[in-house]
Amino acid sequence: MSKILENLRYSKDHEWVLVDGEVATVGITDYAQEALGDVVYVDLPRVGDAFNAHEAIGSVESVKAVSEIFTPIGGEIVEVNESINDAPENVNGDCYGSGWMIKIKMNKTGETDAMLSNDEYEEYLSAQA
Amino acid sequence: MLAFSLTVSDQKFMENLKKTPLNEVHRALGGKMVDFGGWEMPVQYPAGVIAEHLATREKAGLFDVSHMGEIHVDGVDAIAFINSITTNDVAKLVDGQAHYSALTNERGGVVDDLLVYRFAADKLFLVVNAGTQDKDWDWISSKRSDYNVDLRHASVDYCQIAIQGPKATEILQRLTKTDLSVIKYYHFTTGEVDGVSSIISRTGYTGEDGFEVYADASKSVQLWIKMLETGKSEGILPCGLAARNTLRLESAMSLYGHELGDDISPLEANLGWICKLNKDNFIGKDVLVKQKAEGLDRKLVGFEMTEPGIARDGFTVFIDDEKLGMVTSGSPAPFLKKNIGLAFVPAEFANIGQEIKIEVRGKLLSAVVVPTPFYKREK
Repeated sequence: MSKILENLRYSKDHEWVLVDGEVATVGITDYAQEALGDVVYVDLPRVGDAFNAHEAIGSVESVKAVSEIFTPIGGEIVEVNESINDAPENVNGDCYGSGWMIKIKMNKTGETDAMLSNDEYEEYLSAQA
Repeated sequence: MLAFSLTVSDQKFMENLKKTPLNEVHRALGGKMVDFGGWEMPVQYPAGVIAEHLATREKAGLFDVSHMGEIHVDGVDAIAFINSITTNDVAKLVDGQAHYSALTNERGGVVDDLLVYRFAADKLFLVVNAGTQDKDWDWISSKRSDYNVDLRHASVDYCQIAIQGPKATEILQRLTKTDLSVIKYYHFTTGEVDGVSSIISRTGYTGEDGFEVYADASKSVQLWIKMLETGKSEGILPCGLAARNTLRLESAMSLYGHELGDDISPLEANLGWICKLNKDNFIGKDVLVKQKAEGLDRKLVGFEMTEPGIARDGFTVFIDDEKLGMVTSGSPAPFLKKNIGLAFVPAEFANIGQEIKIEVRGKLLSAVVVPTPFYKREK
């Protein structure tokens, strides 16, 4: 059973978003890290890069698979999690904590409203199974 | 995200897949089941591919390879027949010895790579790849002509379990009265493992010492569970296909459909050592002799990424800004902690130290040609 946190919003691409004012932190969900397996490399964007919602911002690679990371919301990258360059295993071990990927300054704050709540994401996952 | 190169297939689709006799056991162990060439196989267990890979390098790993195909070749012409369709010299084998070889087509391409076991001069045993075994069976049967041999496709009769790693011999020895220490590499014997009649073969696909055990399919669960239990104190782990792939890649062993195929010559794939061009005629020999005399157009090389990024199967190789080759297998190497791969490049560039670029999702990343195998165990 995948771990889902209450206070986050989710995308159907299995990213999570935590909103704090106009800055959102983005990572991948427990379901996603579990499906990928041992993460060995994360290719992150640079601070200052700007993206529209649903654009690919980088990729996450496990031993066996590679997958793009899409930002569910548009904006400008204000911080990337450099620590996962040295410890990509944190994406597996602590995907909602030290395994976060980017912080993005949102173009418009309402954009996360269209994302799934924890209950909706749980429902979405069970429909996939 | 989640566009996997190897996806966990959905249940409906998986119902059509072939299963090994250990299928239920893999599920009970938490194996993540995937479609591998028409077979439902565990790609990894809960420990994960890195832990499984390292367990095999440092302790022991257990692999279900029952999907591999077995073919019996019996009769007075067994050696002559197999010699006429494979590249290695079967006449050099003695009883109780096996070798690695290739079935070649008229174009000098590889129908499959295989192991040839000699029980006796009139009793050979072929082990071929899972996904190609029906093609192989048709091919071998069609080449039989006047040779006095009986052929039997016996895959469903056998399970095959590989126990690999520095602790493998010690673990397996506790389950058999057969003295394993006298079985040399690429030799085998028949004996009992946990009371079950088996072929005990000192072979493998990991670059480690170890054994492959063939037994009656109905005994697979007993053997598997016994080997896992017996190796527990040594830290044995069940290993899935993902670890099997990274282990063989670190050892630069070929995988059919990647480094080998119907239009790839074994000479191009660095398998000259199994092509005995001085022996009597075999299918495709004239083409290989010509290739050897005239030189090859392309060659398989090992490479290591020199900047962050991972080359994957099928990625394009650039040399001096020109598209000149293709990655056949690419992956992170869990033991070496590097990103490595094998690629075909024009022969003139197949030199250690040659700098190449690999196109990784639109970016050209640097890599360098390095000696293979990437990993070689200390003996």
